[in-house]
Amino acid sequence: MYRSHVLVCGGTGCTSSGSERIVEALERELQENKLTEEIKVIKTGCFGLCALGPIMIIYPEGAFYSMVKPEDIPEIVSEHLLKGRIVTRLLYQETVQEDTIKSLNHTQFYAKQKRVALKNCGVIDPENINEYIGLDGYMALGKALTEMTPDQVIQTIKDSGLRGRGGGGFPTGVKWSFAAAQPAGQKYVCCNADEGDPGAFMDRSVLEGDPHVVLEAMAIAGYAIGANQGFIYVRAEYPIAVKRLEIAIGQARENGLLGKNILGTGFDFDIELRLGAGAFVCGEETALMTSIEGHRGEPRPRPPFPAVKGLFDRPTVLNNVETCANIPQIILKGADWFASMGTEKSKGTKVFALGGKIHNTGLVEVPMGTTLREIVEEIGGGIPNGKKFKAAQTGGPSGGCIPASLIDIPVDYDNLISIGSMMGSGGLIVMDEDTCMVDIAKFFLEFTVDESCGKCTPCRIGTKRLLEMLDKITKGKGTMEDLDKMEELCYHIKANSLCGLGQSAPNPVLSTLKYFRDEYVAHIVDKKCPAGVCKALLSYVIDREKCKGCTLCARACPADAISGTVKQPHVIDPAKCLKCGACMEKCKFGAIYKK
Amino acid sequence: MKSLAELQALRDSMKGKIGVRDDAEGNTRVVIGMATCGIAAGARPVLAAFTEEVAKRNLQNVTIAQTGCIGICQYEPVVEVYEPGKEKVTYVKMTPEMAVKVVNDHLVNGNVVAEYTIGAKTK
Amino acid sequence: MEMVNIEINGMPLSVPAGSTILEAARMHGIEIPTLCFLKEINEIGACRICVVEVVGMRNLVAACVYPVAEGMEILTNSKRVFASRKTNLELILSTHNRSCLSCVRSGNCELQKLCKDFRIYDETLYDGEKPASDYDDSAVHMVRDNSKCVLCRRCAAACAKWQDVAIIGPNGRGFNTHIGTAFNQNLSDVACVSCGQCIVVCPTGALAEKDNTKDVWRALGDPTKHVIVQTAPSIRVTLGEAFGMHIGTNVEGKMVAALRRLGFDGVYDTDFAADMTIVEEANELVERIKNGGKLPMITSCSPGWVKYCEHYYPEFTENLSTCKSPQQMFGALAKTWYAEKTGIDPKDIFVVGIMPCTAKKFETKREDESASGYPDVDVALTTRELARMIERAGMYLPKLPDEEFDAPLGTSTGAGVIFGATGGVMEAALRTAKEWITGENGEAVAFGEVRGTQGIKEATYKIGDLELNVCVASGLKNAKKVLESVKSGEKSYHFIEIMGCPGGCVNGGGQPVQPTAVRNFIDLKARRAAALYENDESKAIRKSHENPVVKEVYETYLGSYGSHKAHEILHTSYKKRNRF
Repeated sequence: MYRSHVLVCGGTGCTSSGSERIVEALERELQENKLTEEIKVIKTGCFGLCALGPIMIIYPEGAFYSMVKPEDIPEIVSEHLLKGRIVTRLLYQETVQEDTIKSLNHTQFYAKQKRVALKNCGVIDPENINEYIGLDGYMALGKALTEMTPDQVIQTIKDSGLRGRGGGGFPTGVKWSFAAAQPAGQKYVCCNADEGDPGAFMDRSVLEGDPHVVLEAMAIAGYAIGANQGFIYVRAEYPIAVKRLEIAIGQARENGLLGKNILGTGFDFDIELRLGAGAFVCGEETALMTSIEGHRGEPRPRPPFPAVKGLFDRPTVLNNVETCANIPQIILKGADWFASMGTEKSKGTKVFALGGKIHNTGLVEVPMGTTLREIVEEIGGGIPNGKKFKAAQTGGPSGGCIPASLIDIPVDYDNLISIGSMMGSGGLIVMDEDTCMVDIAKFFLEFTVDESCGKCTPCRIGTKRLLEMLDKITKGKGTMEDLDKMEELCYHIKANSLCGLGQSAPNPVLSTLKYFRDEYVAHIVDKKCPAGVCKALLSYVIDREKCKGCTLCARACPADAISGTVKQPHVIDPAKCLKCGACMEKCKFGAIYKK
Repeated sequence: MKSLAELQALRDSMKGKIGVRDDAEGNTRVVIGMATCGIAAGARPVLAAFTEEVAKRNLQNVTIAQTGCIGICQYEPVVEVYEPGKEKVTYVKMTPEMAVKVVNDHLVNGNVVAEYTIGAKTK
Repeated sequence: MEMVNIEINGMPLSVPAGSTILEAARMHGIEIPTLCFLKEINEIGACRICVVEVVGMRNLVAACVYPVAEGMEILTNSKRVFASRKTNLELILSTHNRSCLSCVRSGNCELQKLCKDFRIYDETLYDGEKPASDYDDSAVHMVRDNSKCVLCRRCAAACAKWQDVAIIGPNGRGFNTHIGTAFNQNLSDVACVSCGQCIVVCPTGALAEKDNTKDVWRALGDPTKHVIVQTAPSIRVTLGEAFGMHIGTNVEGKMVAALRRLGFDGVYDTDFAADMTIVEEANELVERIKNGGKLPMITSCSPGWVKYCEHYYPEFTENLSTCKSPQQMFGALAKTWYAEKTGIDPKDIFVVGIMPCTAKKFETKREDESASGYPDVDVALTTRELARMIERAGMYLPKLPDEEFDAPLGTSTGAGVIFGATGGVMEAALRTAKEWITGENGEAVAFGEVRGTQGIKEATYKIGDLELNVCVASGLKNAKKVLESVKSGEKSYHFIEIMGCPGGCVNGGGQPVQPTAVRNFIDLKARRAAALYENDESKAIRKSHENPVVKEVYETYLGSYGSHKAHEILHTSYKKRNRF
């Protein structure tokens, strides 16, 4: 029996910031203090506040330590664990109160969050099935198998209003019912763990922090549609997730929760892992299945839809990881519980990966319908350096930009679509006034051009041509005719591409054109980049009044573009200037500016 | 695992073991003084007895915590019980056996074990 | 058949459930242009040339793969459809090497036709960076020019789905996607079987046979050379297509006239050598059965198949008949028996083969194929190359008179003719073997069980006391199935005929290219084969061993069937080739 539990985040973010060494130091220190019998160290999944990693929570006090370093460990052990004195200086500052510590749930970052899909992340040891079971794990499967018919399971999921969290937002229960309606025989359940949107990592966090929830959900889906084999397609770039999934599958099999005759009910279900090589297009359902089949990962035309003819031409249900993470709770707590959260057509919660120009980067889970303002300003802590919010990008390379004028929009599937963006898998990138929207469109398009599978004409060639046109504009060589041609090509690609990747690839261009057309025009007509990002359109200038002639800039310049004598104002030769910005960084007097 | 009952049994036994991570408010908090003085006086086995007993009885709403020196070193090991909405009760010179009784009488049945309290000891 | 009601362009139509929009439209005379679509093997909806509008759907759909559904309203010629198809074509053109005037496929290019049909007025509209492309002329039989590739993937489908070889396929991704071999090796360094099926399905000039016409023109212009030509059985029923004639027209006489006018010193028929092959091969089969030789014996006429066997099933090379193919037997006899008979030094004899096949180019370069000390055959041209020579010489084939092959190497039987279709070699061999074994001399009988375009055919014939189990396969995917069934012991045959190309030589990789607009709806194999069987029917002699010149060759020169000399001249050997 342990009197205290020390939870150390073992998610990818904290692993990168050194949580492995924290665990080692902790174990060593506990050994030395003979506390190993009393204190339990648990490596958990992601807590969400990745910007503050490595993160450690000590229960029962619930002390939330952030940015812990190995050298802090002796102090934490001797003070907190041995003597019960919380090490205030290491606490997440927001939780520090005069006499006691504030519960994490009351901090700004967590207060507005509602953790459903991430319920167990950061709470349990993902490599220990018993901890999952201790928090009602596999009870939903047990309930489905013993108390519910497959139809009732499907009806419950339908009634809950759960929609696919991978991007499309298709109602999960309806998808299941299609596959269930197919004649009995070999069917499959697949889990899409090929998270590919730049900046999105909620699926990775679930896999790393709560792998069993995915297995349980897949088994429930298998029962509902009459499948006895599942595949998880996980990208090989997620080594921790892969390892934990392997452990989880092994433990589930050992415990009879996967395999033959699960819980004595006669239901068989097993799961295999398939590792993807990280091609973005393999997140598209038909491409994912083609890849599992051992072929080049490319989408195929639909219909037939996977529910009718999917993996190995058999009826297949494919659910995303975050979708899976909601399913056991819906079965246990009921459809009404789930449907009580969210908006009319988007139920439950959604996990967002907050990134970009924002204080609290990390994972947040909020009820559907939370406004963008709440997410950005309250949970995210606003924009650093007093800059102004300009736009938020959702939906990754398939999504669009939401301008400041729409910041009070309640975020759900349909609202995002109506303003030209999409939920996508939940990447949310915040941009401030220093962001050039043409450059942003170019950034996302570069991604799709790189990741297009190359099968269909509009996506393979069209997106490349679009990128070339954008590039021309950012170089100040675009014309207003180009703008029209570009817009036309955008609509062409959307209407003509084979799969969702191509059909949504122009969205970043279209949405920036819609809300920030003036920026495009500024690039084309005025030959200016208002945000000062597009290199070809800006020049570095020295303010004669402010320059003290210290020569630092001239020495920093790699191109010998700055001339001037000591204590005299310097001058930049625009013909030689590479626009690298090194001089501006060096100047102590703020004498160099971009124009 | 061959049945749902087995799964439920495992769940129930695990609940107590990870209940410590539940920092829900409204819990009864049992705080044990774990400063040098307390540890020297034998606070550790007391703490262990509390955790074990609470887990054994599967008490869901009890948080066992530790704290530093409470300031009455001569009475160590000191244990304070905070129940929401009630005055805190301070037990002194605790032993593991006394801990078991506190759990049973106070935490489970709501009867303060008067003879262990600081009031009784200082009379 | 279950029918559904749909509307196309406002016309109410009843079409079979499950058909695609393309099929449904075609059934009612509405043509939808396609590019990547190749029926049964490449139904991938990739090029988006066939897009149509379905009322109520946000996006356009690819007619070639989209199934009809009850109540569906389809627009195949709306403004949006036209604009979309045109833009897709313009995008393709922006990556295309548009040197059409010098292209081998000029005038017979599917992309060119689409440009004409769609009235493309500015092929440079979407010009930008061109994808990197390579030019691979390493192989003996063909040239790959990726700068002309439109990535329809029909070649890759043919290679993988018909031939089960899959030596070429899409490499890279996005804008850099290109068709290539694994690790972009040279075609000569991989286990390509040279069948040329990729070429006949290529819509553009990205894939073409290696042009050897200049070698032939040079020989024809060399007064020291005695240049003779042989034409494979199937050429006479396909050459006309290159001049716009109906599929399945026999143009033997006009072909002979054309060859003679091109200046060949002797215009001969590979059918004669096919008869030689039959007697030599039938003899080998009888010997193997009698003496407990390696069985089943498998034919070796198809060099694509032989190369496949050497790469992929080297354990079966002992099963291959050691007989050279008809092309090589012809060359071998031309430079030995014929040289002796005419008194021409074999070094001055230049033998040209007109073949339905690109693998025949490879075959001329094989080891152990030079009976006279000089290569048996100097140049093998495909049907397409011959058509080009005829065009260049200013001749219009349909207008030429019908002429006869020259003697002596132009004398042949109906058995030789049917070599060009799958099952033909088997039937020809059976005609001869039956008579030899039973001693009966009767009318040539049709062995119907081995005829037809199915990929695998089996039959058992009682010949004398022998129950002869035979099998015929065409297309290497089918060959693989048969070999596997033999290997596993599931099947036991005495004699197997394998042709590398589906349907045999009539559908060879060297035959005139028919666009998918024809190919997708007409069975080329069946039409062309029918013309061969018709030709067989019309022949006075229909059994190889009755060919008078064959008899003469054995009587005056080789001695007996399977004699030592016959072995030296008419037989060859095989070797294991690497698969990777």
